[in-house]
Amino acid sequence: MTAPLLSVRGLTVRLPRGADRAHAVEDVSMDLHAGEILCVVGESGSGKSITAAAMMGLLPRGLDPVAGTIGFEGEDLLRLSPSRMRTLRGRRLGMVFQEPMSALNPVLPIGDQVEEVMRVHGVGTTAERRARTVEMLAAVGLPDPEALVDTHPHRLSGGQRQRVMIAIALMLEPAVLICDEPTTALDVTTQMQILRLVKDIQAQRGTGVMFITHDFGVVAEVAHRVVVMRHGRVVETGPARDVLDRPSHDYTKALIAAVPRLVPRAAEAAGPILLETKGIAKTFRRGGGLLRPGKIVKAVHDADFVLHRGETLGLVGESGSGKSTLARCVIRLIDPEAGEIRLDGTDLRPLGKSALHPVRKRVQMVFQDPFSSLDPRRKVGDIVAEGPRAHGTPKRAALERARELLRLVGLDPSAAARYPHEFSGGQRQRIGIARALALEPELLVADEPVSALDVSVQAQILDLLADLRARLGLTMLFITHDLRVAAQVCDRVAVMRHGAIVEQGSTGQVFGAPAHPYTRALLDAIPGRGWVPGGVAG
Amino acid sequence: MIGFLARRLVSVLVTLALASVVVFTVLEVLPGDPAQMALGTEAQEDTLAALRREMGLDRPVLERYLGWIGGLLVLDFGRSLTYGVPVVSLVADRIQVTAPLAGLAMLMSVVIAVPLGIFAARNHQRVGDYGVMGFAQVGIAIPSFWFGIILILLFAVWLGWFQAGGFTPWREDPVAALKSLFLPSLALALTEAAILARVTRAAVLDTLREDWVRTARAKGVSENGILYGHVLRNALIPVLTIGGLIFAFLLAGALVIENVFYLPGIGRLVYQGVTQRDVVVVKNVVLLVSAMVVTVNFLVDVLYALVDPRPKARA
Repeated sequence: MTAPLLSVRGLTVRLPRGADRAHAVEDVSMDLHAGEILCVVGESGSGKSITAAAMMGLLPRGLDPVAGTIGFEGEDLLRLSPSRMRTLRGRRLGMVFQEPMSALNPVLPIGDQVEEVMRVHGVGTTAERRARTVEMLAAVGLPDPEALVDTHPHRLSGGQRQRVMIAIALMLEPAVLICDEPTTALDVTTQMQILRLVKDIQAQRGTGVMFITHDFGVVAEVAHRVVVMRHGRVVETGPARDVLDRPSHDYTKALIAAVPRLVPRAAEAAGPILLETKGIAKTFRRGGGLLRPGKIVKAVHDADFVLHRGETLGLVGESGSGKSTLARCVIRLIDPEAGEIRLDGTDLRPLGKSALHPVRKRVQMVFQDPFSSLDPRRKVGDIVAEGPRAHGTPKRAALERARELLRLVGLDPSAAARYPHEFSGGQRQRIGIARALALEPELLVADEPVSALDVSVQAQILDLLADLRARLGLTMLFITHDLRVAAQVCDRVAVMRHGAIVEQGSTGQVFGAPAHPYTRALLDAIPGRGWVPGGVAG
Repeated sequence: MIGFLARRLVSVLVTLALASVVVFTVLEVLPGDPAQMALGTEAQEDTLAALRREMGLDRPVLERYLGWIGGLLVLDFGRSLTYGVPVVSLVADRIQVTAPLAGLAMLMSVVIAVPLGIFAARNHQRVGDYGVMGFAQVGIAIPSFWFGIILILLFAVWLGWFQAGGFTPWREDPVAALKSLFLPSLALALTEAAILARVTRAAVLDTLREDWVRTARAKGVSENGILYGHVLRNALIPVLTIGGLIFAFLLAGALVIENVFYLPGIGRLVYQGVTQRDVVVVKNVVLLVSAMVVTVNFLVDVLYALVDPRPKARA
């Protein structure tokens, strides 16, 4: 094997005093070779982004490398002067970040931001820089690059902005490209386009790519070799096939076991109809103002569905498809303009505030973000007991019930006396579920309940929901963008696009024989589709 | 962009219309006879009646209001009760002092505050930062009239570089006129500069934490390049907002400082108008000052549109 392009040896980065551990990364070693994609995979807090920041010399203030070397083209990157490091950044080392929406300067045109790489490194004349900018914008598959040069970032979608970022990173043909979760904030079809782009560019140019991700599906899609990190340490390294199909470390095995199988769940026998929607319509006005009418956006239309007792229906779709709006219409968090929402035969739409009050008890919601959906100033017991108390349960009985519910969702009942910030993301989502269950709802609406969680925590919450469903006979409307999760959780799925349900049916039918082209496109875009976690190598 | 400015212009006109209604209501409609106010409680009944007729107070309220607004549109502000001359000529003289005074003070606060704010942000949590913030704390705490008195003592009485007060008209000697505005502008500017320096520092620090600053670093842009090429233009947005608000404070401050430096400006005119109960002067000048504040804030909106291309940011 040839000498590695970039070689990390014994890298240790110290955390500031008072952090939950002494080192952000400890004794990390890895090699990146020319022409390969090295996936660094791990959950949040594993130190994968810190390792990348150390390579780029972009460690945040307060985080200091205290041991180790990062060898690159005969130099140790950790010991370079800031000015020498600057000459390498952008020219020999390129980087693409996670959040494309905020990665570009909002007040500067795209062209300025792309050609800046050449300008700061003193490469080319004005005309050459401009030509190269247009060439690279075209190379990353952006339409009309000539016009794009003078466009500001707010006119571009997330996927387009990520393409611009990749163009910036590749302007000067760096030897190393570091991608830090570049597709995590993107929709699944956009993610697949960006993954293909990275693979193509890497193959054409022979760039060494370090690709950071938390998603084993993405690893299966792009990786040549894999490094698994946990709590700041490397736990396993090896060729992608070996790590994915024959993981040796227990942690890797556990992580892979937590990835939802793409095997559709067998539908359970359905009870009578609990919820039925007909002709729900909701429009929003975007922009506009006093003198100018805004653009009308049809957030939901043509989205009729039925939900049987004891069943879990998945609403799947990409961002902006209207799945959350539809769910919020169903529980009357927002008011649709037309249609019927029949819960047990009663139409909820015409009900006023007081008539709706008893219905609220029957329908409860679990939200996506476990960090912001709990009041930070109230004790967990009070949060869980709030609903029953609002519906007339005496305080003592409600708090007693809250402790029972906390036990039910796998928390210690003593959690009732503590505050939300004392809990991890997964624990908070358990609290959110306990809060929703406190009113003994007939229908639970779960809006992306596991999207903000690490894969191992996600698996625990999905297990909890399955367990609760079996024990309490819950009916669930489950909103998710993640088709792997939908396959595991839902009896039936409805695929939404541009505010309409384009296809619905049993999970097996939709995943096995998709009828609508959009459904097929979504399924094709699932990263690592051909890889069966823990199964036989494909 | 055009639509945005048109909408802002409409809101400027609405604001001015509301201001005129408030001024008119307070001075002429609420209980209290403007003629009685002007002449005092000892006035003879026939003198009062004559003044009421002269001021048009015997006419219906709406007619008086519309008459006033109609006059404003053709620059007829009425006649001062105490000076007996058209208010428009009084204002024309006085604005030559107050407008340059406020403008110069604004310029000085920006010139002092923005570099200090940037300096403090660059030296975040180091000696330079603490020094600037200490200065800002003192500047905010001390009123501008006190600064004015100290500046007079230091530069006029002790060093003799400037005159202690009074104003040399522009047409006699522009340099001397500017010189007589220097100390009062500085006194006004220091307090506002202290606020603006804090705002600039906070805005630069916030902007430096943005994701796209990290992108710029990853390109190999130097810290200077990041500050002047990327951060400053974004940080200007909150600085502009506060700058617009500060202009209103500067005008209010001018009222006080003109009395400290004995400058014949709008502030002294209002002050004299109030003490001499000259309702006509007060009413017109208050509206004029409102118009100045609203106009400056409209200019700030125009600058917004130039600095930030995103329509959403200009809600």
